[in-house]
Amino acid sequence: MSRTLAEVIISRVSGRDVRAGDLVIVPISRVMVHDSVIDAVIGGLRELGRERVWDTSKVCVFVDHAAPAPTPVVADSHRVLREWVREQQIPTFYDAGEGVCHQIMVEEGYCEPGTVIVGSDSHSNSYGAVGAFGAGMGATDVAVALALGRTWLRVPESIKVDFTGRLRRGITMKDAIMRVVREIGTDGARYACVEFHGVGDLPQGDRITLAGMTTEMGAKAGIVVGTPESPAWLRPDPDARYLREVTIDLETLEPQIAVPPRVDQVVDISAAIGQPVDIVFLGSCTNGRLVDMQQAARVLRGRRIAPHVRLEVVPSSRRQYDLAMQDGTMQILSAAGAVIGSSGCGPCLGRTGGVLAAQEICLSTANRNYKGRMGSPDASIYIGSPYVAAVAALTGVIDDPRPYLEATDDEFDALVARRRGERPERGAASSRSGDRSRELVMASARSGPAAEIDD
Amino acid sequence: MPRAWVFGDDLDTDQMVPGRYAPFMVGQDKFHTYAFCDARPGFAKEVRPGDIMVGGENFGCGSSREYAVAALKKLGVGAVVAKSFARIFFRNCINLGIPAIESADAVEIVRDGDDVTLDVAAGVLRAPRGAAAVRPMAPFAQEILSAGGVVAYLRAHGDFPRV
Repeated sequence: MSRTLAEVIISRVSGRDVRAGDLVIVPISRVMVHDSVIDAVIGGLRELGRERVWDTSKVCVFVDHAAPAPTPVVADSHRVLREWVREQQIPTFYDAGEGVCHQIMVEEGYCEPGTVIVGSDSHSNSYGAVGAFGAGMGATDVAVALALGRTWLRVPESIKVDFTGRLRRGITMKDAIMRVVREIGTDGARYACVEFHGVGDLPQGDRITLAGMTTEMGAKAGIVVGTPESPAWLRPDPDARYLREVTIDLETLEPQIAVPPRVDQVVDISAAIGQPVDIVFLGSCTNGRLVDMQQAARVLRGRRIAPHVRLEVVPSSRRQYDLAMQDGTMQILSAAGAVIGSSGCGPCLGRTGGVLAAQEICLSTANRNYKGRMGSPDASIYIGSPYVAAVAALTGVIDDPRPYLEATDDEFDALVARRRGERPERGAASSRSGDRSRELVMASARSGPAAEIDD
Repeated sequence: MPRAWVFGDDLDTDQMVPGRYAPFMVGQDKFHTYAFCDARPGFAKEVRPGDIMVGGENFGCGSSREYAVAALKKLGVGAVVAKSFARIFFRNCINLGIPAIESADAVEIVRDGDDVTLDVAAGVLRAPRGAAAVRPMAPFAQEILSAGGVVAYLRAHGDFPRV
């Protein structure tokens, strides 16, 4: 039949055999709505003349994007949202502090594999972590989905990403997906579905990291093949046709760093070593889970972060927060000097919980480093893995985390002392001192593809 | 005559309206006044109804925020002509009734500040230095646009256009 996973799913839900390029109207198994678009969604429903959503049991509502409310205007919008949820009698509602919509959607089982889910957030691609076709849409599309229980889609072409080998110590699937973004670019998967092969048996969190970041390549959806949640029929045909095939060897993967202000300006960490940072953000739907906090805690256990550096930790959900409390991870991070935020999006999108000042340089584990994303348009955001984040918090600079994970206590202390000693003076008066993003952008442009590519 | 506002590749929605100026941060009546406040100061004050935005590849990438398009709509932007569009931005334009039209050469031919005329029926964007061919839009999108957006379409017809 030579169908990709996207073609398999959309054929099944639309009840006809469709191929890439076909325009279809499909039923939706779930609609996800979050706080920052609720006014437009409610407005859209009202304009449509629909008083009620089509099926309250298929709607999930979250307060996470600016939560808890940072200003009276936001607080008022949250109030409107709560009233609407009550009035509509929507049973699935997660208020401020419960976590990021995408994490909860996946870990609490709201994403049915093999179905189409519409979300009001661009990272709704995350639902591909369990084999669902999750597509982010704007508020009016979401209002229409809420009213009709259907949406229109053009069946996407697909790009196959095959991972081979096993990750080495200190390297994560965050590095792997950044390597993929480096290869494909911010628009290389535009309108397409990215299909991940060879990683179906990874922990669910790693699969969310992969699927969610397909948004950064312009993808309509990102789906992991062969997950434990997927029924047997949910797989692409062996002779499926792809727009492009990319193979990434995990065995030889280096830690990756995205250089501001583009997510696809990615370099091996060796090019960025010594880059000073002022603030480190560990969190988001990409990297705010227990395992991410554990990786940071492995580096920070029994130590304090560098002077003049701040560390913000924001768990991606209450479940992940509780797990990190139970196993002592949170205690380690707090003792190291971290600010612990309530579960949610945190400062990822620059609205609440420790936003960036002008000239500040951040190392973030999230997924976007656009100008102004986390606060001031004159701040810079580097993106990396939780291990890289922890080392940056500890030393005040970007460094390869692997030597720290292998070192004896004495060697570890020497590494930290050396990096701290080398860190250039920074402060409010040092206009942009030490930001190497310009130079690194050149480096990323020069470094050709290092992975094996089947085009 | 409409003026052209020319942008480059990969213009993201954070540049159009930064997250900190979302409607629910500053109010429904103000967010559009912050359009391009960092990336193109003065845009929100100077843009006139009917003006045309011209861009390169992947126009409107990034966040799904519809208020980026809503801001352009409120400011009266007549159409967006770009080499290619990010998918959510494209949907948002159609849904809110702003034509989002592909053109391979508009961004090369049109200069910022040019007086331009868009003739969708003839498939051209005319500028002082020449005419750029624009791609016809899919009938499905055209039907929604001619109704003034998806809400108006659904109110009138009760369902999506036929596929």
